[in-house]
Amino acid sequence: MAFDLKEQFDNVAVADLDIVNPYFRTKDSYDDFKKKNIRLICSEYANSNVDIPALPQDMYAITDDKSMKVILDIGGDDRGALALGRIAPQINEENDFDMLMVINKFRPLTPDADSTIEVMREIEAAGGIKFTGLVNNSNLGEETTAEDVINSVKYADSVAEKSGLPVVMTSVKEELFEELNGKIQNLFPMKLQEKPVV
Amino acid sequence: MADKVLMKGNEAIAEAAIIAGCRHYFGYPITPQTEVAAYMAKKMPKIGGCFLQAESEIAAINMVYGVSATGKRVMTSSSSPGISLKSEGLSYLAGCDLPALVVNVQRGGPGLGGIQPSQSDYFQATRGGGHGDFRMIVLAPASVQEMAELTVKGFDLADKYRMTSMILADGTMGQMMEPVSLDFDIEPPVEKPWATTGTKMEREHNIVNSLSLVPEELEVLNLKRYEKYKIVEENETMYEEYMVDDADIVIAAFGIAARVSKNAVNEARKQGIKVGLIRPITLWPFPKAPFEKAAEHAKNFISVELSMGQMIEDVKLATKCKCPVTLCNRVGGMIPSPEQVLKAITDIHNGGVK
Repeated sequence: MAFDLKEQFDNVAVADLDIVNPYFRTKDSYDDFKKKNIRLICSEYANSNVDIPALPQDMYAITDDKSMKVILDIGGDDRGALALGRIAPQINEENDFDMLMVINKFRPLTPDADSTIEVMREIEAAGGIKFTGLVNNSNLGEETTAEDVINSVKYADSVAEKSGLPVVMTSVKEELFEELNGKIQNLFPMKLQEKPVV
Repeated sequence: MADKVLMKGNEAIAEAAIIAGCRHYFGYPITPQTEVAAYMAKKMPKIGGCFLQAESEIAAINMVYGVSATGKRVMTSSSSPGISLKSEGLSYLAGCDLPALVVNVQRGGPGLGGIQPSQSDYFQATRGGGHGDFRMIVLAPASVQEMAELTVKGFDLADKYRMTSMILADGTMGQMMEPVSLDFDIEPPVEKPWATTGTKMEREHNIVNSLSLVPEELEVLNLKRYEKYKIVEENETMYEEYMVDDADIVIAAFGIAARVSKNAVNEARKQGIKVGLIRPITLWPFPKAPFEKAAEHAKNFISVELSMGQMIEDVKLATKCKCPVTLCNRVGGMIPSPEQVLKAITDIHNGGVK
């Protein structure tokens, strides 16, 4: 998404505000962002052994620099979203944002619309910002089939209906894009940036 | 085929424990196992279970002791430094022959070390894990699916033998996400006539206690316990063999190291090198038989570990020193690459390692 955004705007940044998981960080892609001149705002301690819930020292640039288009990576539950609360008042005041909830029917705590909306409300309460849209990213990792994605549309539509939020896009690994293109609205191909060790 | 879900290893442990009937979890957060506790915190209140974040690891393991004494399935989880804190409790559980499931998602050490994956608690897990003569059943998963399956198995074995089962995973296993089927065969509950559930004035008191006032009686208790351990050794070893039958070089590796090694084996086979892999799934009891058998035709063994070489001692014992055993390792939170393991294989194949 950041790479796509960079093609439209000059001043683009990605901010990693995940304070919970120290293992998988946006900082893994530091070199790729640097090559494309995309600013990475993340904790100095990300990817180190310093196991503390630290926020980036330059996080206020997210709201202070009005010319910057920023993608914020927020932890996927209410604990992760707490960090967002620190800058939520400024974001709400400026009122020029999309807050997308990435949903996956194959995750154990969000298998249906009701459970997904329960998590949605928890994140909103912790982060202080209301969601504006949904990204249907239903997948089983490497094992995801086109059929899995097609079957997930009903789930995403159900979340949309019950929450009143639009499904902004359905994201799929790029290998499935051709097979699904035209069958699902707003299909977004994703290129896996970091590959697992084994 | 049953529907799959996409889970982190730590989540798979928690969900599998719930499916296995565990309704009591006591723990304390520590990277990289925190998701076990976080998942339990979300799920347990919804199903009438108890999630309790204790004030410390020591408190948590003693809560496990208390619930286990009542006959209920109970667990705790932690990572390396936290397991050290629990070691007194592990000894008390063994001294009372109480079943429990304890999860160690290992990180680099010693001391506070780091948060990245490690396998350097092998000695601690397989040599007892606390003071006194005792053993724990130690299970080493190598996929998220196995994180779930061995959790269920761990509870069953713990109840069957009145022992602690330990899941010895590592940070990678805890954090990685893979599709999982949660369709398990659940064993029927084991009767626990020893549990302290109240006499209802119908029987004598059950007493759960690890203090013995008479040394002769304590000796008998220890001997009886080791008779039980012998039965476990005879009946409960688990392992996976991969291309071992004709192998000149055999790799020993568990957990994430086994996954890396399998890639290296495949690559070496493409180069015409006869290499295989034995992956212990139970680290105690250690699967000696496949190693003894492989030592009849193999010329070299390589132990691939995320430690300074701990399992290698068991490999040497199991192969009865019939051929050399070489260590291929990374430590401090680092993981050996398939290329590193392949180099270890080709070095030996080319006669480059003594």
